[in-house]
Amino acid sequence: MAVDPLQWVAKYADYLFTYAITRLNDDEQARDLVQETFLAALERIDRFEGKSSERTWLTAILKNKIIDVYRKKSSGLTGATEHLNGEEEPDFFDNVTGHWKAAHYPQVFGIEDPDRLDKKDFTRILQLCMQKLPALWLSVFTMKHMDDAPTENICTELKVTPSNFWVIIHRTKLNLRACLQKNWI
Amino acid sequence: MSQLKEIIYNCKKATSLIERKEIGRLTLRESVELKIHLAFCSVCRIFRRQSITINSMVKMLFNDAQQRQTKLDDTFKKSLQERIEDKLNKNGKKL
Repeated sequence: MAVDPLQWVAKYADYLFTYAITRLNDDEQARDLVQETFLAALERIDRFEGKSSERTWLTAILKNKIIDVYRKKSSGLTGATEHLNGEEEPDFFDNVTGHWKAAHYPQVFGIEDPDRLDKKDFTRILQLCMQKLPALWLSVFTMKHMDDAPTENICTELKVTPSNFWVIIHRTKLNLRACLQKNWI
Repeated sequence: MSQLKEIIYNCKKATSLIERKEIGRLTLRESVELKIHLAFCSVCRIFRRQSITINSMVKMLFNDAQQRQTKLDDTFKKSLQERIEDKLNKNGKKL
C-alpha cells in the first residue's frame, strides 16, 4: 500500500484528533499529539511496510504518544496512594468484616438495565465522574475499557504491578459507581 | 469467624472478584466463593449489575465519540498541511 503524506491531513486529521480527545479530554493536548504523530510518521516513512493501512499505522503512533502522556501524568504516583480529585475517597467497607457500610450500600437507581437507559444523561454524568478519578486510575481504566489492552501491557506501559493494577480497577469502579449513584437524578 | 461466614460477609473481597471476573479470570476457588457470596448478598448483586452496565456504557461512549468525530479547526489543519509539505521539501524524500 502506498503512502501519501500530502493527503494525511485531509484524510486522517479528524479521525486522529477524535481518537486523542476521547482518551485525553484535552483539546490542546490532542491537537499537539496529532501534529506530533504526523511529523513522527514523516520521519520514519521508509519504515512503513504497507502491512497495515495508513490509518492503522498512524493510529499506532498516536497511541504510543497517548501512553507517554498517561505515563507522564502518573509518574511518581503509586496507584494505591493516589487520591480522588477534590474529594476524599470514602471507606466503603467495614475494616474488620469487609461488609459494606450502610451509608455506602449500592442502591438500585435506574442504570441496572442498559437497554432502558437515557444514554445522553448517563454519558454526561459518567464523564463528570471519570474526571474525578486520579490520573493513573483513569489511564488504567481507559486503556482497559476503551482499547481492551491486555492487562500485562497496561502494567508494563504504566509501570504498575499486577496486584496494584487490580487494586486500581477495583477502587476505580467503587468510586465511579458511587459517584453515579450520587449524581443520578 | 468461620470460613463460610467470612465469605458471606466480605463484600470488599466479593466486589473485587466481580471486577476481576469481568475483565480477567478467577480461580475455581474464587469463582465458587463469589457464587456463594452473591447467593446471600443482594447488595453485591446490585453492584454487579451496575458494574457490568458501566463497563458496557463506557465502551459505547468511546465508540460513539469516535464515530461522531470531533473536527479539528481548519486553521490548524492548514498550518499542519504546510508543515508537512515543508518537511517533505526539506527532506527531499522520495515517496
